[in-house]
Amino acid sequence: MAEITYREALKRALREEMQRDPTVVIWGEDVVAYAGGGAYGVTSGLAKEFPGRVRDTPIAEEAIIGVGIGAAMGGMRPVCEIMTVNFTLVAWDQIVNHAAKQSHMFNGQIKVPMVIRTPNGHGRTAATHSQNFDAWFAHVPGLKVVAPSTPYDAKGLLKTSIRDDDPVVFLEHLQLYGTRGEVPDEEYLIPIGVSDYKRRGKDVTIVTWGRMTMESLKAARILAEEGIDVEVVDLRTLRPLDLSLALESVHKTNRVIVVEEGWRTAGLGAEIAASLQEMAFNDLDAPIARVAGLEVPMPYARNLERATLPFAEDVIAAVHAMMQKQY
Amino acid sequence: MDKENLVALYRQMVLIRVFEDRAAEMYAKAKIAGFLHLYNGQEAVAVGSVSALHPDDDVVVNYRDHGWALARGSSARAVMAELFGRATGTTGGRGGSMHLVDVKNRFWGGYAIVGGHLPLAAGLAAAAQYLKTGRVTLCSMGDGSTNIGTFHAALNWAKLWNLPVIFLVENNQYAMGTHYDVHSAVPMLQKAAGYNMYAEEVDGMDVMAVREAVCRVAERARKGEGPSFLNVVTYRYRGHSMADPDVQRDKAEIAQWRERDPIVRFATDVLLKRNLVTPKELEDIRESVEREVEDAIEFADKSPEPALDTLYDYIYQQPVRNMQIAGSLIRPPTIAKDIPTNGKHA
Repeated sequence: MAEITYREALKRALREEMQRDPTVVIWGEDVVAYAGGGAYGVTSGLAKEFPGRVRDTPIAEEAIIGVGIGAAMGGMRPVCEIMTVNFTLVAWDQIVNHAAKQSHMFNGQIKVPMVIRTPNGHGRTAATHSQNFDAWFAHVPGLKVVAPSTPYDAKGLLKTSIRDDDPVVFLEHLQLYGTRGEVPDEEYLIPIGVSDYKRRGKDVTIVTWGRMTMESLKAARILAEEGIDVEVVDLRTLRPLDLSLALESVHKTNRVIVVEEGWRTAGLGAEIAASLQEMAFNDLDAPIARVAGLEVPMPYARNLERATLPFAEDVIAAVHAMMQKQY
Repeated sequence: MDKENLVALYRQMVLIRVFEDRAAEMYAKAKIAGFLHLYNGQEAVAVGSVSALHPDDDVVVNYRDHGWALARGSSARAVMAELFGRATGTTGGRGGSMHLVDVKNRFWGGYAIVGGHLPLAAGLAAAAQYLKTGRVTLCSMGDGSTNIGTFHAALNWAKLWNLPVIFLVENNQYAMGTHYDVHSAVPMLQKAAGYNMYAEEVDGMDVMAVREAVCRVAERARKGEGPSFLNVVTYRYRGHSMADPDVQRDKAEIAQWRERDPIVRFATDVLLKRNLVTPKELEDIRESVEREVEDAIEFADKSPEPALDTLYDYIYQQPVRNMQIAGSLIRPPTIAKDIPTNGKHA
């Protein structure tokens, strides 16, 4: 099996689905023009392979999403790229009031099979361009929200998202595009709404997703040398949220730490911790802990940015605290 | 147009007028809740437009949508039942007055966020263009919508991609209570000119004028000549919604517009003048419409509320595995019982 980047895995998913289904198109800002395909290079080369099906749009996010919704209603499967998650705010009405509502409010008469692809997270770009909105999208009924952590998951989940009959917000983490992993050449699909064990262990459960899966795995490798055996559950889908593996894991380890990159207050970690507490209170040997980003608009300076974000060392500290505390 | 079709236009306009008047009564009786935006005065716009379209063209409108749904072929029963919030309504009681829909008639709905549906219309037209279906999308909006970002984003995109879409402004001159002169910096046609878009101004109190204009621009779209813009000047007789006491408008202004009533005018200037109908026949049409609306009210009133176990239906077209684990979906639907107001709880 070949090792490819997360970016390349996404591109392969797009290519395969465009080959399979002529109603799949890619619309977004500079998905053709810029540096050969999108600000982060995911679509590079696809415009040449699929003439007329990859199109540059105006910088008008409300229209990129809205036109995508209309096209999906009209029988297409558009993949709309929003250059960064920060710009989805311009289209928030279209995403929340239109894409998410069409099916239920219109009693099943309208379906919106579209994918909104967007890079989420930070990148030395300061407060308006370095944000993580996982929790915002996960809050909305009617959206499916996917946040893959590996190239393998990225490809399998994007293919499924394109075939799905509901609007899918596909959150690609900015810092993962260059990461590598094994991806088979043959076709495979990963279902939406199914979490995954990324590491098996017996001492403490980490529930996480996206970039924090990689930081948690890094922490687990270091902790293993100390004799602490960490289990890592990668949610992969943020709505609907599948907590079945997390629950199974808690039954075994009796300790849970939820690790998220976004702001802690009203974050997704709070939802996950509360739900696990409701469902597995009797299994817990310690209060559920949370590792999250600090609650500041992201600063530009390297040291300040790094200080606001959680990394493996923060996960290790949380595990140490949990293992050492007497309850 | 032959006699039969002309009389059908008249009947549709009368149906909308009577329907709206009775809906207002039902609102006053608290049979209808929420906002209720009535269409009185604007009947010629929906009826004239729909008569110009093919049955499989796409129609998207804003929240003042009862007239459009009726003109596009939804039954008075289904529309009234939706206003009543009943299972037999156009969206089974989920959408209410502002969100009527009837996809089998390619009526894609009323949208209640001002301007929110304009990009959707461009998208439907983009699908028609890409899939080569030959369909035209008609997107109706109020004059107030022409000031919001989506208006400009949608017009720009439609012109760039040469989409088969008609942006039709139902210019009743008031955005809620704010007059056009106060809410718009430039004349309406100048906005279309800003995108180099073919545009016409149309008398919205004349059903035949609306019909002819929509025919013209739909034909342009079908020939691949791209999007068009119609500024259809009309007037609504009632306030913005039933919640609006309408104290801001001059009563003389309303009376002046009523003198140009689209229904009376069409009956007098076309049907009677050309001897297509007798006054008695017009009276018979009104009576049959009144019976139809009365039947719709009875139907709505007798219809059941939507079943509680349908509450989670259609949140997703494709529900996924493990949804029962998601906290938000495990609670069975219940309705809170009123606390009895006997001595103990008072």
